[in-house]
Amino acid sequence: MSLVAAVDAQTLVDAVGLGAVYALMAVGIGLVFGVLRLVNFAYGQLVMAGAYTLAFTSAWPAAASIGACFAVVLALSLALERSVFRPLRTQSPAVMLVTTFAIAFLLQSVALVLDVRDGTIGEAARSLGGLNQAVSVGGVDVRKVTIVAVVVAATALGLLALLLARTTIGLHMRAAAADFRTARLLGVQADRVIGLAVLLSGLLAATVAVILTVQSPLVAPDFALKETIFVLVGVVVGGLDRLWTATLGGFAIGFASGVINGALPTDKTVFLPSAVFALVILVLLLRPAGLFARGPAVERV
Amino acid sequence: MKRVDTALGLLVPAILVVIVGVLAATASRANEIHYLSALVAVAMVVAIYVFVGNSGVLSFGQISFVAVGAFAAGVLTVPSQSKSFVLPDLFPFLRDTTVGNLASLGIAAAVGGAFAFLVGMPLMRLSGLAAGIATFAVLEVTHNLLREWTSIGPGATTLSLVPETTDALQATLGALAVVLVAWLYGLSRPGRLLRATREDAAAAQAVGVSVHRQRLGAFTLSGVLAGFAGGLYVHMLGSITTEQVYLELTFLTLAMLVVGGIASLWGAVVGALAVSGLDSLLAKAEDGSFVLDAPSGTRLVVVGAMMALVLVLRPAGITGGRELSLPRKMSE
Repeated sequence: MSLVAAVDAQTLVDAVGLGAVYALMAVGIGLVFGVLRLVNFAYGQLVMAGAYTLAFTSAWPAAASIGACFAVVLALSLALERSVFRPLRTQSPAVMLVTTFAIAFLLQSVALVLDVRDGTIGEAARSLGGLNQAVSVGGVDVRKVTIVAVVVAATALGLLALLLARTTIGLHMRAAAADFRTARLLGVQADRVIGLAVLLSGLLAATVAVILTVQSPLVAPDFALKETIFVLVGVVVGGLDRLWTATLGGFAIGFASGVINGALPTDKTVFLPSAVFALVILVLLLRPAGLFARGPAVERV
Repeated sequence: MKRVDTALGLLVPAILVVIVGVLAATASRANEIHYLSALVAVAMVVAIYVFVGNSGVLSFGQISFVAVGAFAAGVLTVPSQSKSFVLPDLFPFLRDTTVGNLASLGIAAAVGGAFAFLVGMPLMRLSGLAAGIATFAVLEVTHNLLREWTSIGPGATTLSLVPETTDALQATLGALAVVLVAWLYGLSRPGRLLRATREDAAAAQAVGVSVHRQRLGAFTLSGVLAGFAGGLYVHMLGSITTEQVYLELTFLTLAMLVVGGIASLWGAVVGALAVSGLDSLLAKAEDGSFVLDAPSGTRLVVVGAMMALVLVLRPAGITGGRELSLPRKMSE
């Protein structure tokens, strides 16, 4: 069976859905990286917190449950910005990276403690379960949530593009992403720009939490961890310096892993992570400056 | 007095290690494991320090070398009569070779070092974030290969029947050896050159230091020490899975290094012992055999919170990244 034949329309549709979710996460990571130069390892744990909120409130009406999810994720992102990212803004990228690593670990262990399974957690986000039903479009079964994911991703990216291109604060954000110090000298308020970036990034995390929870209702402390690692890879390969290349990278890795997972039998995909991460190393070696820094790899004095 | 400080940099960590070793030797059977893990943690964290501390380049990948060291030492010491049953898919040369305890530690160190050298040759051109992500990718690749490739190890199952030879004596001597090597390296010409590139890479290059070569040297030495620590680790546990030498251990050892102070040997030793101590106390609290009675999982929450707190409040760690020295008044 050739690879091409195995990739049917069904696989493609699912892969686009996965790519859309990854693209949303990539934007969330890319926005914060733009203004803070911080790769947020803990981004997946924000999604995880949202997923747990949905699980804990699974008996509520859908709107209330989703509202709670957004409230928790946004509060958590802003709290992180205030208590961790802000004090560390002047530190080296390495210290910031280790710190978000620590936060990720902390949030995951908190989830492990909270996750007592005494009946308070609904295994599925029941109120949203209806989204999992499939509708048939031209002979291809499409889960409603896939359509929601693609539409939400397209809308969110469109709105974000408008915000960045047409508003003053969007201009400020782009300026800050290009050169934070100069932007500040020209009167861009650091706290506002960073606050907005973190807020938008939190909104995206909450959206992703809702979509992922519908897709895979089993919530665990490592919820969204694998996705985050893949998205981080995608944004690095795409190029974190610009938001659009990062987003494209996120979408591409989601789409690619969707296609590969759908087309190859399981026993052929066990070494897939090795191939993917070897590719990451290769990209980083060939284009280290083009991907992360705007200069030669060794900074000049 | 400078010389006294230099000697103190070795003596005090060594004395701490010996004290923990004596405690391990005299502790009850149930408590011995806590002291042994603290000693093995010292070996791992000092191994990471040799590269990360001296070069200032962040690496999430050093636990890969602990992993290959642990599995090399483990696979080669499983008794030969049971090997073909528990590890049926091994390459013949691995299946037919069984070595003694000390030889396996040496092989662990050699395998760790060789792997680090191979990985480091291309990777050491990177710095900053790119280095962090690339070394993380190395950890992922190593974990994936060890987990899925049953010709080189147990795959996703537990590797058991490894002789438990890491006792108080071996753990103490092992940790001492790693500390000694790290101290000697710090004093050596390559160690000083590497620290010069940490302080100012451009200036160091301008006076003729090859950043790539110095980093590669330290990365390889760190791989040797990490592989050796992995050997001690597997012989302490007796059985091991790939998950035990993956993200959580990476996090814990980095936490130890950062909490202690990333830029000094003293910080690495203090961090390893302090976090191990806290970890053991919390583990005892979790099973109710200590004054506090904590719910399970508290251990990880507290360690994570402590690392985040130290990073935010004191990014240079408890020791401030300095080596131990006599108080100013005395040393004048």
